[in-house]
Amino acid sequence: MEIKTEILVVCTNDRILQTVIRLLNTNASWKATGALTPEEVLRKCRETAYQVFLIGAGLTDTEEAGLSAAVKQIHPAIHVIPHYGGGSGLLFAEIYLALGTKNQAQ
Amino acid sequence: MAQTVLHTANSRGLADHEWLKSHHTFSFSSYFNPERVQFGALRVLNDDTVDGGMGFGEHPHDNMEIISIPLEGALQHKDSMGNVATIEAGEIQVMSAGTGMYHTEYNKNKGEPVKFLQIWVFPNKRNVQPRYDQVKIESPAVPNQLVQILSPDPEDAGVWIYQDAWFNLGKLNQGSNADYTIHRKNNGAYIFVIEGKVEVNGQLLDTRDGYGIWDTEGFTINAATDARFLIMDVPMEL
Repeated sequence: MEIKTEILVVCTNDRILQTVIRLLNTNASWKATGALTPEEVLRKCRETAYQVFLIGAGLTDTEEAGLSAAVKQIHPAIHVIPHYGGGSGLLFAEIYLALGTKNQAQ
Repeated sequence: MAQTVLHTANSRGLADHEWLKSHHTFSFSSYFNPERVQFGALRVLNDDTVDGGMGFGEHPHDNMEIISIPLEGALQHKDSMGNVATIEAGEIQVMSAGTGMYHTEYNKNKGEPVKFLQIWVFPNKRNVQPRYDQVKIESPAVPNQLVQILSPDPEDAGVWIYQDAWFNLGKLNQGSNADYTIHRKNNGAYIFVIEGKVEVNGQLLDTRDGYGIWDTEGFTINAATDARFLIMDVPMEL
């Protein structure tokens, strides 16, 4: 069974978060999970070994920086990516570039 | 010495969805080329043709400066900020997506395609309040003069965005030329030829070719034929 790349996405806008999760999960090699708050990010990080942490919209600069540091402390090898664009336009390229490879595009 | 990059029209990615044909200068959606990701803060340059009456259903955006420039026809826009607008050739539209917004955009006319450039520029500030604007592009005071259509300054000509970027449209008659000075030391300029042929820095550019130039103070564009083009002056580092 293929081991999927675990991706955690934080975005305070639930509707956009669900769109991003749905788009990421169209790639059979990826498993995306969402979080609406920094607290939820940290809780989920302690439960799952994510490879990618995608920072969506709605956090302050301070929250983004603090969360990046905290997530890296839990998973030192995690790729932290600030997400831009909100939809499918840049999403896949952001993940491909972070992982250094182009997985199977859907 | 100036550094340059050439992206010929036929080297672009193509998404053909029957009702939409989109040529991607840079990696976008299912088109991914790690050598073609961005030119500095310029991340997306899509050259779109949408069939009559067709368009993009409701979809989200966040944290991006999104600029649309219709070349032919008209687009109908509706967004979650309550804006309902038509934008047509001769105008420019901007959205600062910031913390997030949704919108739809359709070809307003049933019987003819709409052709437009969709351009995304990385913002210099994340999570701003979303905003929308559109303005009419002024005609140049004299022929063969560049027209500024975008800047970082709300008081300056054209629309404004959250980035140290300046866009100029040029329309030159064959044999004429225009000088361009790059606005900031660490900016570069990306020239996209809308129609005709121009020569920049010894490089001949054909319709829909793109040419980036940086590490220089400026350049001259010579029109090999009657030509229209867009100059996007953007930071090279984010």
